[in-house]
Amino acid sequence: MTDVMVPANPPFRPSMLIYDRRYRSMTFQVIVFILVMALAWWLVNNTIRNLAALGKDFDFGFLWQRAGYDIPQTPIPYTSDDTHLRAALVGLLNTLIVSILGCIAATVVGIIAGVARLSNNWLIARLMTVYVEAFRNVPLLLWILIVFAVFTEVMPPPNAFRGDDPAASMILFDHVALTNRYTAIPTLAMTNDPGSLDLGARITISWATIAFAVALVAGWIVRRMIAAWAQRVQDQTGVRPTTWWASLAVMTVPSLLLIWYFGLHLIPPTLKGFNFTGGLNVQNGLVALWLALTLYTGAFIAEIVRAGILAISRGQSEAAFALGLRPGRTMNLVILPQALRVIIPPLISQYLNLMKNSSLAIAVGYMDIKGTLGGTTLNQTGRELESIVLMMGVYLVLSLIISAGMNLFNARVKLKER
Amino acid sequence: MKTSVFLGSMAAGALMAGAGMADTLADVKARGELNCGVNTGLVGFAAPDANGNWTGFDVDFCKAVAAAVLGDPAKVKYVPTTGQTRFTALSSGEVDLLARNSTWTFSRDTDLKLDFIGVNYYDGQGFMVNKDLGVTSAKELDGATICIQTGTTTELNLADYFKANNMTYQPVNIDSNAEGEQQYMAGACDAYTTDASGLAATRAAFADPESHIILPEIISKEPLGPAVRHGDSNWGDIARWTLYALIAAEEYGITSKNLEELAKSSQNPEVQRLLGVTDDLGAMIGLDKDWAKRAIAASGNYGEIFAANIGEQTPIGLARGLNAQWTQGGLMYAMPFR
Repeated sequence: MTDVMVPANPPFRPSMLIYDRRYRSMTFQVIVFILVMALAWWLVNNTIRNLAALGKDFDFGFLWQRAGYDIPQTPIPYTSDDTHLRAALVGLLNTLIVSILGCIAATVVGIIAGVARLSNNWLIARLMTVYVEAFRNVPLLLWILIVFAVFTEVMPPPNAFRGDDPAASMILFDHVALTNRYTAIPTLAMTNDPGSLDLGARITISWATIAFAVALVAGWIVRRMIAAWAQRVQDQTGVRPTTWWASLAVMTVPSLLLIWYFGLHLIPPTLKGFNFTGGLNVQNGLVALWLALTLYTGAFIAEIVRAGILAISRGQSEAAFALGLRPGRTMNLVILPQALRVIIPPLISQYLNLMKNSSLAIAVGYMDIKGTLGGTTLNQTGRELESIVLMMGVYLVLSLIISAGMNLFNARVKLKER
Repeated sequence: MKTSVFLGSMAAGALMAGAGMADTLADVKARGELNCGVNTGLVGFAAPDANGNWTGFDVDFCKAVAAAVLGDPAKVKYVPTTGQTRFTALSSGEVDLLARNSTWTFSRDTDLKLDFIGVNYYDGQGFMVNKDLGVTSAKELDGATICIQTGTTTELNLADYFKANNMTYQPVNIDSNAEGEQQYMAGACDAYTTDASGLAATRAAFADPESHIILPEIISKEPLGPAVRHGDSNWGDIARWTLYALIAAEEYGITSKNLEELAKSSQNPEVQRLLGVTDDLGAMIGLDKDWAKRAIAASGNYGEIFAANIGEQTPIGLARGLNAQWTQGGLMYAMPFR
């Protein structure tokens, strides 16, 4: 046997941490980790030191103190005698209100604009292009301010509705008044009030609301069952039974019966003193914020929808046409279900953006959580760090909830690989 | 090796940042400039003029402090702050001194860790309405929509006042005086409420000041004063005694015009001490002999500053009232320079 030179592993030297590929990646990971931790340590340490130097502590006790300020829009009962915590909760609900309204409206606007941008009608397609480009390329804050300024400057003050020959008049059969402060809309009242469910902490839900919700959900479930039955019949006989009247009936008849039972009627707003009372005054801040968020996010969603539709190969629609499907059916049954797979993931981030962008509300005096907890409460109590940390937590949790919900939806529509 | 050096320098940096908070005087001197927090724009108190130079009642106090500390009233960097950002700007060290018509209250002085160094304007909260509204008293404002700046004491006073009088109102929250003006002028609120001096200043900027009235009710005490960070007593002393120097100068008849002459000729021992002719008071607060002289020379004494910015000869037209010298029946009273 001849001696074979077996290359022995060279002894470990520190320089190998840099020059040996086996160790190099590990070395850099350790260094980066140490740097990141050092930065985090420095930030925390600096904060603690500076707070100590100022003689400030980190304490959430202020949340249980009297708030002392009023909020224009309160979804739950709130007075200036309530705590900062309740003020923050009112702000959170206001954030949710504008976010949910915004997400729904932006989706509708976005889908319409996205589909219309692909229209064969030259004028409609170009108009939608102008809309998308105008809203996508101008900062949201400017749109919010512009919409708000238009409301403030163009609409008449409530005073203008006064007198025998008023300068302004209410619309929709004297039920809605557009003013430069708010839109006064009628409220609902019941002659046969069933009372309310008390959830504690002065939060109540009317039994009538619960009854309507139950009626709608039950109606929807029955409608699904009718559709499933029609599908079965179609599968067996090839003829789909006419079900639209049954679907319509289960969705509407229970609600109509409830309206009759509770004696539901509208109370229109009336001008009394300085302002409209009796109805519901929807602040212009909310309307302006909602409109601007809708149009701005809608422009992005339109592009997402357009991209999703263009991602479906032309062969799909040609095949559908070859089977004799009309264009509307082709879109609903063939193109959109496939396009949704492309559309949903970017749509999630648009919803998240909209929710976070709603924190610009203070620009138009809409008191969302940034306006209450992060604005007046922060300023009156001087608890900057606590308020900001709390607010970041709230937005984080909201974002994660939206993400989780949309991911569930995405899992349902995505390509099923069997 | 490198890492530990880096960590060490960061630790040192953190230490410096912590220590740096405590000696504002040294910081200002090293920087060669006073960072002064002022209003974003309230004519008469602090607003940039057509050439972009800041002028106003609060601005002149910044100038006096800069003159006393740095020897040059122009060495001020004006940091515009809103009602919401002002105290954070001060406690974070962004500004050395806050001269922004801010009300001295218990919780601000204690819990917010500020030190108010005195009162430069005794004010109270009022309401402004359009004459066409036909309202003559704040008690008639039940159900009205009222514009209010967020993050101010006026916001809390408003809630208390309407509650105490068993009235309701709709608040319209706004961020700055300019925004409030715009909303009020457009009729988006029936009344605008803030400190009476602020109302007068706002009204003076209107095209038709006569068609707006300030209601007679003053619903709160609003002692407005400059503030510094809690914990640096020496810097607080400098700001406090600069204010007293301006007030005392008016009491003793020292103006920006006769300043030099009085320094030479005055036989009044208090004037001699104030102007650094005899005792060296400046050394006790870390400044030189002439600090008060320079502060008064910057824009004149308290009375001159008042008259030039918000007095009866200006469009704002505020009477001295509570802000007259104690010898004239007012509340302005400088502690003795001794």
